Amino acid sequence: MRAFVVAVFAFLYLPIALVVLFSFNAGHHASEFTGFSVQWYGKALSNPFLVEALKNSLFIATTSALLAAVCGTAAALGLQRVGARTRALFDALLGAAIVVPGVVIGISTLVALVQLFAVVNPFLASLWPTDQPPRLALGYGSIIAAHGLFSMALVTMIVGTRLSSLDRNLVEASSDLYATPLTTFRSIVLPQIMPAVVAGFLLAFTFSFDDFIVAFFVAGAQTTLPIYVFASIRRGVTPEINAIATIVLAASVLLVLLAQSQLGRRKPSP
Amino acid sequence: MPAGAETAFSMRGSLFRKNLLTALLLAPAALWLVVFLVLPFVAIAIFSVGERAPEGGYQAALTFAQYANLPARATAFWNTMVLAPVGAFACLIVAYPVAYYLALRAPQRWRLILLALIVIPFWTSLLMRTYAWMYILGGRGIPALLAYVGIEDLRLINTPGAVLLGIVYGYLPLMILPIYVSLERLDRRLLEASADLGATPLSTFIGVTLRLSLPGVMTGFSLVMILLLGEYLIPTLLGGGKVFFIGNALVDLFLQSRNWPFGSAIAITLVLVSVVVLIVANRISTRLSGARRVDLI
Repeated sequence: MRAFVVAVFAFLYLPIALVVLFSFNAGHHASEFTGFSVQWYGKALSNPFLVEALKNSLFIATTSALLAAVCGTAAALGLQRVGARTRALFDALLGAAIVVPGVVIGISTLVALVQLFAVVNPFLASLWPTDQPPRLALGYGSIIAAHGLFSMALVTMIVGTRLSSLDRNLVEASSDLYATPLTTFRSIVLPQIMPAVVAGFLLAFTFSFDDFIVAFFVAGAQTTLPIYVFASIRRGVTPEINAIATIVLAASVLLVLLAQSQLGRRKPSP
Repeated sequence: MPAGAETAFSMRGSLFRKNLLTALLLAPAALWLVVFLVLPFVAIAIFSVGERAPEGGYQAALTFAQYANLPARATAFWNTMVLAPVGAFACLIVAYPVAYYLALRAPQRWRLILLALIVIPFWTSLLMRTYAWMYILGGRGIPALLAYVGIEDLRLINTPGAVLLGIVYGYLPLMILPIYVSLERLDRRLLEASADLGATPLSTFIGVTLRLSLPGVMTGFSLVMILLLGEYLIPTLLGGGKVFFIGNALVDLFLQSRNWPFGSAIAITLVLVSVVVLIVANRISTRLSGARRVDLI
């Protein structure tokens, strides 16, 4: 069985390792490694479309993860204070946000937003005093909102799990000692849930940064890194893509490791 | 938090404040869920009973013509309905021994590291990981190497086999984790008891280990299956337009041929199938864990 497990780990990591290896290949083809070179990284980073897509992805991932971390944490805290029915309803919706396939999230958001804009834009135009009224359109905002849906559900679940294992005695002791609710929250609850919030943020960032299918539908005229990479893969595999893939993989691995170390952190013992 | 000894009057005031705070905490998430999950779903439900406008887009109507037209995409449904369960099953076959080893056999100090090595690929870009196989299976990868040893003209990429391989590769971590969790919780004394009572290792495995880990197996299987129903990247990159999934049909209908009502009907059908898969898996899990309780008494 050990041999089988070793083989599975090799299966999981060899393809990634090959991509990383060949991103440093001086030659063009996967069939021959002709020497070490970082030329493909140089090529990739001097491509203005690629750099633009990378910047877009970083902006979208940061914003949606921040929003998700704040709203998700607030929701997890709020859900501690409501009845079983409200809780069940929220849990069902949050579960749906995670389980519904990305392709369905993408198209339904696209359909709803296009209809909404068709109503709102003429209305805005009629109210606006000048000739150039603001027009709502697909773009940064719609990607951030669609990514944030999944991310917020994720953060709510992670923080909720941590909250349910929180030491209630400390909270009660704090309020017995005449601490205001705000002080109790700041000095007792927040430090204990912070690792979960940070982990949620990092996982949300990784999700948004890596997502292709949702953004593919709601990006409008914007390009994210996965959309750009997908388009160039379809035009043909080039060593340049190996370099981008290596950068993205390294960034994701780093973020996941950070998130795991945050989640693994023991809560301070009382 | 206990209300403490307060007078009825001030209690009413603090109750109001508490409810207000709760509402404020939940409002952003609720708004998000309603605007970007519930309303979009209602929108495609309405679209799916509508008609296609001549210039593409939507024309209001109340018809089931879109649903009646579903067989027009029978190939996509057929491919998905075959490759999703087959792919999930293939994942399961590979995942179970790994989860078993991690939970019951791996040395303690290695366990967390190995577990992390399983989780990492799951959170790294599926696009990049699928691309890796495209690179390996493509003309200049393995086929070029095989040509050196005399095997010419072997086609690996753009076949159902390549799609299946991509599926196992992409979703293996998601299958391993729930099985690992259920095996890790398993009461080891049951295994000893079974052996003490003269059961062979095989019958202990089938009667105790496998049986008790079935809820984890069902969780993994249904998760992978549901995600596969909506898969687009793997069939597109490794199937090269020859292996069409429902996801491909949806991209085509929404972004290329712009038949939104028909696409909406397909999307609703997809969600309904997913819900059925979840319910069936849940039923089986509940029945299995019910059986477990009886066994333990």
